[in-house]
Amino acid sequence: MTATVTTTAALALGDDALVLSHRLGEWAGHAPVLEEEVALANIALDLLGQARVLLSTAGDEDELAYLREERSFRNLQLVEQPNGDFAHTIARQLYFSTYQQLLYTELAATDGPFAPLAAKAVKEVAYHRDHAELWTLRLGDGTETSRERMQRACEALWRFTGEMFQPVDGLDADWAGMEAQWLRSMTDVLGRATLTVPEGPRTGAWAAGAGRQGLHTESFGRMLAEMQHLHRSHPGASW
Amino acid sequence: MATAAAHRTDTDGARTTADGTAEFERAFDAAVAADERIEPRDWMPEAYRATLVRQIAQHAHSEIIGMQPEANWISRAPSLRRKAILMAKVQDEAGHGLYLYSAAETLGTSRDELLDKLHSGRQKYSSIFNYPTLTWADVGAIGWLVDGAAITNQVPLCRCSYGPYARAMVRICKEESFHQRQGYELLLALSKGTEEQHAMAQDAVDRWWWPSLMMFGPPDDESQHSAQSMEWKIKRHSNDELRQRFVDICVPQAESLGLTLPDPDLRWNEERGHHDFGAIDWTEFWDVLKGNGPCNEQRITQRRNAHAEGAWVREAAAAYAAKHTGETGAKQA
Repeated sequence: MTATVTTTAALALGDDALVLSHRLGEWAGHAPVLEEEVALANIALDLLGQARVLLSTAGDEDELAYLREERSFRNLQLVEQPNGDFAHTIARQLYFSTYQQLLYTELAATDGPFAPLAAKAVKEVAYHRDHAELWTLRLGDGTETSRERMQRACEALWRFTGEMFQPVDGLDADWAGMEAQWLRSMTDVLGRATLTVPEGPRTGAWAAGAGRQGLHTESFGRMLAEMQHLHRSHPGASW
Repeated sequence: MATAAAHRTDTDGARTTADGTAEFERAFDAAVAADERIEPRDWMPEAYRATLVRQIAQHAHSEIIGMQPEANWISRAPSLRRKAILMAKVQDEAGHGLYLYSAAETLGTSRDELLDKLHSGRQKYSSIFNYPTLTWADVGAIGWLVDGAAITNQVPLCRCSYGPYARAMVRICKEESFHQRQGYELLLALSKGTEEQHAMAQDAVDRWWWPSLMMFGPPDDESQHSAQSMEWKIKRHSNDELRQRFVDICVPQAESLGLTLPDPDLRWNEERGHHDFGAIDWTEFWDVLKGNGPCNEQRITQRRNAHAEGAWVREAAAAYAAKHTGETGAKQA
């Protein structure tokens, strides 16, 4: 029973990191400024490193990444959202890295199976959050155009943020407490960025916020098709 | 450097007389002859400065455009380990571009100006990046052959007469050697893998071999900048010399990879102590250089688009910085 619960949790956290890393990797060669080529790849690499440790806890990392179908992935719908413009990428990053920092800080303080990973990852995640916050401020409090784009991105992704605080079996954390802290943090950062905290629902109709159950949004299947194509074309090969 | 004072530009006196210039020139020539480093504030001939700006900028642009053919496979890398290696490599390339633009800026230009010249086609990048990456094995062939050729070209630049460029090259060459080994190892895994994987590796080497040899530039008798660059010790070896060195290095490596090189005329020449190799298709080389290669249009369009689509982000950062100048320190204090 314990192993199963641990596996479920490892897949949830590992899939989050894997899928967001993939999305950030799509920026390579397309970033608005060279420093962001470096920064986005850096964050993608940190997340991929976390994903590899977590998926290896649950089984074989490549089998899990390349041979599961869409309905078996346990990542949040938030992280699979397409990159959109730079503001969407930053909003997704702000929402997720703040959540990840809260969760990993709690997990690092437990004596559970994820404590060692969380202790190491929390340092990376603090950097990711810092990066996202700084860009939220620059875009929110930059030009009229950038403020509009950042506001729109925050609104568009808001409905995927409730899912982050649905308890995951095997993760020992104060979910309600984290959610309250996350909301305070968003109110603070968005306020400083001269942005309005979105008012819409944070989970929606049946499909919004069900990634943990294997229900995903439409773009996710296409993302997996691209990611898995080569590996699946050569069954049993090693690379 | 030891004799820096002798040829440092006199910023107060602005000694622009013919005698003064001649004096600086003698000191410059003596420093180059003595294998000393020229530094940003030292006097240098305008043509030396212009040659370096052209070469360093082209080198920086190559790192940036060179991200594209490899980034093309990040989303499809067949294992998580390979994906991590590839992402790290593409990230390193962006970093190399940044070092090199900084080195060029010490010569009195700016990154924005250089990027503008890249986007408008007034400055070039290495023609190798105008070839497409059609299979996963191309990622390995680029690491082994393209990075291998780059290293052969660039290691002598670590002793180049211009200090900032030489120092950038020391850092870059270390990372490039690492990438090259990873590319070799990727190809080896394919070559020793399934039949399909082996065929994929061979096909990639067949397509990348000749373009890699072209990376050393035109033959010595057609290379317009070579003589002057060698005199200034920007360049240390001729194009053909480096190309020969590269071929000699690759032949035994191909053998241990279990792959063949696509050249029927390739054979050891006992007398010369080198490998003879077949004729390069210089028509193709000049064609690609003129913009008619398979991916010229695609590469530059993607670069221009990334820059244009990022304009609002850069404007936002500038506007934010202007609003908050001086504030950060006060807030944090």
